[in-house]
Amino acid sequence: MTAELLNRREAVAELLKDRGELIVVTGLGSPSYDVMAAGDHDRNYYLWAAMGSAATVGLGLAVSRPQDPVLVVTGDGEMLMGMGALATIAVQRPKNLTIAVLDNGHYGETGMQRSHAGHGIALEKVARSVDFDWTARIIDMAGLRDLRARAHAKNALNFAAIAIDVAEEERVLPSRDGVYIKNRLRAALGQSMA
Amino acid sequence: MTTSYAQDGKATDWKTEVYDVLKAFDVKHAAYVPDAGHATAIERFDADEAVRSVVLTTEEEGIGYLAGAWLGGERGVLLLQSSGVGNCINTLALPACARFPLLMVVTMRGDWAEFNQWQNPMGQVTEAALNLMGVRTWRAERAEDVADLLQGAATMAFEGDEACAVLLSQRLIGRKEWNRAQ
Repeated sequence: MTAELLNRREAVAELLKDRGELIVVTGLGSPSYDVMAAGDHDRNYYLWAAMGSAATVGLGLAVSRPQDPVLVVTGDGEMLMGMGALATIAVQRPKNLTIAVLDNGHYGETGMQRSHAGHGIALEKVARSVDFDWTARIIDMAGLRDLRARAHAKNALNFAAIAIDVAEEERVLPSRDGVYIKNRLRAALGQSMA
Repeated sequence: MTTSYAQDGKATDWKTEVYDVLKAFDVKHAAYVPDAGHATAIERFDADEAVRSVVLTTEEEGIGYLAGAWLGGERGVLLLQSSGVGNCINTLALPACARFPLLMVVTMRGDWAEFNQWQNPMGQVTEAALNLMGVRTWRAERAEDVADLLQGAATMAFEGDEACAVLLSQRLIGRKEWNRAQ
């Protein structure tokens, strides 16, 4: 028997509960809508392009803001385009960075074509092979609560692939004004706009 | 090593000046895919505890990384070869749409005395490709121009939130020597 897969909206809502100082970077497409649906926040940075860059933006934030936990929420297709970045991140090894991949094995934004993850490539094994401190495949709400605690703990470089179903949700669109989202986050982190 | 002389007669070494200028602009992150022309700067940044030196698997990682560092309040530089500019094209949407400062220092291949013609297709269009994606460019042909052009580009990147690139020409860097590993 295959266990019922997680719903992406419920999974992200669980991950972002009691988020406190958490800074969240989202990969383009559905992960951005999922994070927006959980509630817009000054500490969110939504990517609308530059596919493959969610993890590297998260890395830059993690190393420049060591006092804050940083969470990247992206999809399996977006992560696959930046797979080399997992090696770059592992070399830097920030202890306040968690990458959470919403893995439905498909490119949802373009018509649900099967991705490499859908063909059996396990992204958490890639992260493990480049020596992330902690890696997991998450299949239930208990796993998500554990991941949330780890994301806030700031004591390890974490990677999780979250097994979600392929159901498409309503699009909840964050702002596409990149300058506004950038300045809003920088202001939230106490930086001068001068 | 190319040595030139500034107006005061003091010898200038552009390779060291690249590092010195970037330090003067309070650069805290040096992201790079190695190239021989950047060897001195990379060596200095690697030894500098105030700068995080980040080796990339492909150049576009540096664009995301430096955007993240800027969100966190810190400046950085991307060191790359002209071939790597090609890898960056789509990711340059990020600084274009969000007006992130981006400072690139590009060592040229395929623009002069190139032995390996496989470098020429990208090397011949590096500057045009950057311009097409909204990156402002300056080409340094002489050692005495490097520091000044880099200062100008860094000013426009960090003070004006612009994407700026200084191209270090192959004539400046010198012919690649093919009789030994380089």
